[in-house]
Amino acid sequence: MSLPAPTLRKTALFDLHEQQGARIVPFAGWAMPVQYRGIVEEHHAVRRRAGVFDVSHMGRLFVAGAGAAALLRSALTYDVASLPEARGHYALLCNEDGGIIDDPYVYRLDAQRFLFVGNAANAARDRDLVAAHVQPDMDAELLDRQEQTVMLAVQGPAAEAYVARLLGPPVAAMGTRACTELPFMGTKLFVSRTGYTGEDGFELVGSVEAGRAIWRQLVTDGVEPCGLGARDTLRLEAALPLWGHDIDETTDPYEAGLGWVVSLDDGADFPGRAALARVKQAGTTRRLTCLRATGRGVVRDGCPLLRGGEPVGSVTSGGYSPTLATSVAMAYLPVALAREGTELAVDVRGRTLPVVVVKRPFVRGTPPRPPTP
Amino acid sequence: MPSPDDRRYSKEHEWLKQQGETAYIGITDYAQEQLGDVVYVDLPEAGATIAQFEKMGEIESVKAVSELFAPASGDVLMANEEVVQKPELVNSDPLGAGWLLQVKLSDPSQLDALLTAHQYDDFIAAEAKDQT
Repeated sequence: MSLPAPTLRKTALFDLHEQQGARIVPFAGWAMPVQYRGIVEEHHAVRRRAGVFDVSHMGRLFVAGAGAAALLRSALTYDVASLPEARGHYALLCNEDGGIIDDPYVYRLDAQRFLFVGNAANAARDRDLVAAHVQPDMDAELLDRQEQTVMLAVQGPAAEAYVARLLGPPVAAMGTRACTELPFMGTKLFVSRTGYTGEDGFELVGSVEAGRAIWRQLVTDGVEPCGLGARDTLRLEAALPLWGHDIDETTDPYEAGLGWVVSLDDGADFPGRAALARVKQAGTTRRLTCLRATGRGVVRDGCPLLRGGEPVGSVTSGGYSPTLATSVAMAYLPVALAREGTELAVDVRGRTLPVVVVKRPFVRGTPPRPPTP
Repeated sequence: MPSPDDRRYSKEHEWLKQQGETAYIGITDYAQEQLGDVVYVDLPEAGATIAQFEKMGEIESVKAVSELFAPASGDVLMANEEVVQKPELVNSDPLGAGWLLQVKLSDPSQLDALLTAHQYDDFIAAEAKDQT
């Protein structure tokens, strides 16, 4: 018996990916490029030069109005209402138990406008959850722009030069986490100095026409087209958590090392606040930890971790690090074992692979430009 | 590019090139292309025996792990140490320097159960068509 293949959504750049010879895979309901020339080659291009990713599958929700800041503050763990204009910040959407529903990036364009970028798999739910916080007397409008726009990530030490050539020198002066809107091809183009690779870089949101033109120009200029494969190896080396793997509704921000995204001091209420205050008070029993293989082999998601033959956790993200030419992984470990230098073993389909706890991140990319004051 | 007709092929995408009573075993160009960047191979050591169409090892790319199946039964004479050290050889030269095992065949007539180059090319053409 075979079930009919579910219809996968395609980004506005799908035909360009096919022309480029991309291998397409299903991902969170989307037909996405996993690689063009090869994951390792694309990975190195981002660490050494620059790569461009089509990340149009990500959720893009604009929130506008006098009540926009208050609305987002009431939905998220981080005090986004205190964000200066033209700046972005990582944030979490939690359930009442403090479990992580999604980990969006939130940008403040001006006093009354925000852009909320969530994971592809959670886009519809994020929108509904934020909408549920709208109060009758609140001036806040939600504009879901996932369909109408394209989102690109240009990452790597040379990203600044390529993006400045395309959009003008002022983008080079943007500090890390800065965001702005620039006129481009007769429309507004959102530009931020953010990304998910551990490298310096930019993320762009614009019209379909603008997005296609920018993709084409960057590739023509020599920026490496990169797929989800390299996006995953890059973020793993940078030890950036991936929702659905390292964090989800069964994990809390503190054990995930994301306590810095939880604001408890501004008095604002948000889902999970009470539970998270208790966790912070009591302390966590386990911690998301970085592990590096000391033998040959590849640690994968779900592999059990052993200490003296006894299971002590399981891998939430594991894979091959092209930069270190060895396998790396992340896993929740009891706090006592989460110390640098602790030696453990991973059960890789019956074969035992030694690993050691290391500092996060595995690989530090180009130092990010300090935020503009 | 058509597969070379100096060897036989399995439906699990291994090739076997016979030289008298011994044979070299590797994976096909199509297989390495599908796998992507190979980063690790787990091969049986010299002296081990392998059985036709049964699991003989594992090959891992950045993306995923795949099992290797023996195209014929025999005793392992040598695993390609160069490939163990530099697994990317499987991508760059799957039919040559990227060979995996040298074996002493226990029953050369087993090769009749393998595909010819022409049959294998038809087989992968059909498989590729199924994927689209």
